Amino acid sequence: MSNISAPNSSLVLVQKAVKQLRLEASVRRIKVSQAAAELKTFCLQNAHKDPLLTGVPSSDNPFRPPKSCILL
Amino acid sequence: MCDQTFVAATFGPCECCEKASPLMNIYIKAEAINYCSFCVEVMACAGLTAGESVASLKKESETLKKKLEEERGKLSDIELNQVAEKVEVLGALAIKTRRVLKGHGNKVLCMDWCKDKRRIVSSSQDGKVIVWDAFTLNKEHGLNLPCTWVMACAYAPSGCAVACGGLDNKCSVFPLSLDKNENLNAKKKSVAMHTNYVSGCTFTSSDMQLLTSSGDGTCALWDVESGQLLQSFHGHTADVLSLDLAPSETGNTFVSGGSDRKSNIWDMRSGQNVQSFESHESDINCVKYYPSGDAFASASDDATCRFFDLRADREVAVYQKDSVIFGASTLDFSLSGRLLFAGYNDYTINVWDVLKGTRASILFGHENRVSRVRVSPDGTALCSASWDNTLRIWS
Repeated sequence: MSNISAPNSSLVLVQKAVKQLRLEASVRRIKVSQAAAELKTFCLQNAHKDPLLTGVPSSDNPFRPPKSCILL
Repeated sequence: MCDQTFVAATFGPCECCEKASPLMNIYIKAEAINYCSFCVEVMACAGLTAGESVASLKKESETLKKKLEEERGKLSDIELNQVAEKVEVLGALAIKTRRVLKGHGNKVLCMDWCKDKRRIVSSSQDGKVIVWDAFTLNKEHGLNLPCTWVMACAYAPSGCAVACGGLDNKCSVFPLSLDKNENLNAKKKSVAMHTNYVSGCTFTSSDMQLLTSSGDGTCALWDVESGQLLQSFHGHTADVLSLDLAPSETGNTFVSGGSDRKSNIWDMRSGQNVQSFESHESDINCVKYYPSGDAFASASDDATCRFFDLRADREVAVYQKDSVIFGASTLDFSLSGRLLFAGYNDYTINVWDVLKGTRASILFGHENRVSRVRVSPDGTALCSASWDNTLRIWS
């Protein structure tokens, strides 16, 4: 079905798509090797601070199994 | 369908160029326009810069897409797991269920931790929102929303309010009161209004702004106090299912993922889509930033989780296994970013080694789909919400 507004709307859509692609193409990129190396460094630097990774002794763990009370 | 053109033959002066010629009587939006056929053509091409046409723009978009692929491919000189070969293999993880939070009468769809590292808000299918104290298992507050399927809930950074939304197409903020007798529903503030369900919400750095994602394909930034729309983000071509804010040091961006299999990075101030990633084979259910803010991961119905680096502008790792065939609906990183916890529709949580790309552990316990996993703010525990009506705390 052709009407006057149809060429304009598909035109607008395609123009928007091209504009977006031009923007994305101009993004500055670095090599994966460099990015991966930085991700690895971040991981290793913070590993000792990560309780789920290193495990936490029961006495420090706020979620340790609740101790049962002993009635004297 | 609604704009119909009726072409009738008349002769007279054209309203545009004043020349006498056969006119095309056209009605645009109920307004009669009598132009000669030449002027009609000119009007139709208005908006095109010199030399452009729909066809040439389409060609340009194809070449740009190919160029993007090439540029991204050029930088892919090595895989993440190759870079991580020298890293020590993870030891056995001693993560077990420490608490089971029972109280919801229906599927738990979403949960969030409070910054005080012990309170949790969770929402379920029957419209109930409960605030728990995870250490003591106390239910501190209970809210009843008039809608079902509360798919999004978030704790405010101050710990004094919660936001929730779902099938009611709105996201509402409830200030939490210490007074047990006060009806929390009375203080409810409807902040976000979408034209379809609200799939995700999060507060920005303060209690004053709320970011929401919706099934109507948009994300939006709202001012909580006035309910005003500050910025809207258009670009997804299908439902937006998840969003995550960049960790504070790195600025005003957020990532969103949706049913169009794309994940987009947005600038909150301009509303601009700055980067887009498309490599999943099915709907993206959840997206989460890496703790450093330079990368993010996404979980999808195609049973994989993928890791994307923002500076390299491409996917750098895929977490998949032949034995994992059910879709992943949620994921979160541990504090250091070494572990990736992903909840699947086969009732398990797989723990992936982010650097090496291998599975480090599986957490069993839930009796239905895992709908949400979140690591606590200090990294000591993982909370998972499930369709089996419970939440579990793992540590």
